[in-house]
Amino acid sequence: MAGLLEVGDLSLAFGGIKAIEGVSLSVLESETLAVIGPNGSGKTSLFNCITGIYRPTSGAIAFHGASLLGHTPDEIARAGVARTFQNLRLFHNMTVLDNLMVGRHLHFAKNLAAAALRLRAEEIRHRSRCEEIIEFLNLEPVRKSRAGDCPYGVQKRVELGRALATEPRLLLLDEPVSGLTQEEKEEFGYWVHEIRGRFRITVLFVEHDLRFASRLADRMVALDHGVKIAEGTPAEVQRHPEVVKAYVGN
Amino acid sequence: MDLIESYREDLRFARRPIARVLLALLVAGLVALPWFAPDHLVFLATLVALYSIGVMGQNLLIGYTGQISFAQAAFLAIGAFTFGHLRIWGLPFPLALAGAGALAALVGVLVGFPSLRLKGPYLAIATLGFGVAVYQVFVNFEALSGGRTGLAIAKLKPMFGLSAAHTQYYVYLLLVTAFTLVTYNLVSSYVGRAFVAIRDADLAAEVNGVNLTRYKLLAFAVSSFYTGVHGALYAQVLGHIDPQIFNLLESLTLFVAVVVGGIASIEGSILGALFVIAVPKLLADYRELVPIIYGLGILLVLMFEPLGLYGGWLKTRLYFRNWPFR
Repeated sequence: MAGLLEVGDLSLAFGGIKAIEGVSLSVLESETLAVIGPNGSGKTSLFNCITGIYRPTSGAIAFHGASLLGHTPDEIARAGVARTFQNLRLFHNMTVLDNLMVGRHLHFAKNLAAAALRLRAEEIRHRSRCEEIIEFLNLEPVRKSRAGDCPYGVQKRVELGRALATEPRLLLLDEPVSGLTQEEKEEFGYWVHEIRGRFRITVLFVEHDLRFASRLADRMVALDHGVKIAEGTPAEVQRHPEVVKAYVGN
Repeated sequence: MDLIESYREDLRFARRPIARVLLALLVAGLVALPWFAPDHLVFLATLVALYSIGVMGQNLLIGYTGQISFAQAAFLAIGAFTFGHLRIWGLPFPLALAGAGALAALVGVLVGFPSLRLKGPYLAIATLGFGVAVYQVFVNFEALSGGRTGLAIAKLKPMFGLSAAHTQYYVYLLLVTAFTLVTYNLVSSYVGRAFVAIRDADLAAEVNGVNLTRYKLLAFAVSSFYTGVHGALYAQVLGHIDPQIFNLLESLTLFVAVVVGGIASIEGSILGALFVIAVPKLLADYRELVPIIYGLGILLVLMFEPLGLYGGWLKTRLYFRNWPFR
């Protein structure tokens, strides 16, 4: 069975620097796949290729049978791929609620005349979807706060909520728990687990916290210097000699 | 206690009772203005009304979408001359006005294309170049500008037994009210959110499904429409236009109004329009000081009150709301 996302022999080079070299991986429907690897191993570059921010030098990316290559990020979002960023990219001057409503943007009918005349039936419908996510992520107290004023842990949640609001089929999380306290990591683990169980969303995530990653992931892929060095269950990958070498040296 | 009971109520315009009362008082005051104010004040109010439209348009582009542009004078000129020619061809006022806005919007889309590649100061320089180019075109092509004599524009006919000046005031008041309401509606809709999203984090906007090309060009189109209408209404007030009016200083005036009034604020746009009309009037005997005040205004705002005059109003309101606590 072909996976939901198929990355085939993907390469990305910036001049002489090869960020990704011939990486192939497939993400199966409704699984959680973790991508691990030391700094600079090409994990975020891989995400940027999938979401259309970078144009890969060669290779193929297919989502649900259709190629994502050559499509703009907003088209890929409409196809059902959502992501969060490693260094948060929230809309700082908007409220938390409006951040989530931007996530709903691609579901709007986009009737300019209705917008200008303040016909708000559609707005209200999307608002209630956002409220479901707000409730799920315990964002009620900060609903009307300026996103930039929220503490870091809350901002991470807002970004997750914004990605969920697009109703993706595949969710890419770039280091979802970096910089969080142990308690916040536990919460986040619960949400990532629930996203899969409740919303039936396939999750592909990059994480440095190996304990967190191996607890949540069904399978794991390890990258080093842009090359895939191991793939398998979390336990297999972490004991793989190449992975040990990449992390702790010989 | 201020309880919101439905999403619809949360989205209502001027939701708080106090806001509605103040708004009603403001509208009543503006409608009654010609009855108690001398004619030169009514004329100034007319100017503030038409400037408000242009400043709101520029605020949508500069304040909300974050695309810094210095081509305002070009769109004013395009609006003014389109309006002038259409009126001379015999089109009625509303159609000529719509035509002026539409042509400005069309040119705005063309000017918007560099914004897909250029950001910040680079875009500012590109649009500045466009503004200067349009100015030169109008100065040098007499067929467009009416040459040395410029274009003469017929005054609005007095209606409902009002004087010509009062008729004009009421027409402009109606227009600025309509533009203000539409701006409020747009800004609080998916369009406004897309604009602000592009300003705050364009990459994140894109991966959330906002088509950058479409919304940047839309911002240019809408703002140029407003500015074109401003140019047309200005031409109507002046009764006579020549290209010298639409020089770089006019671009800067609108920019100053946006920044001093308050970035990304509709109330601020109106306050900014008031500022750029009031300052030259108050300094009528010291004309050379006006640009200095503008420059100083921008500096002071950026240093002490980044949200401009509107930010000042917000703080005053907060002070009274919390009174006697501080």
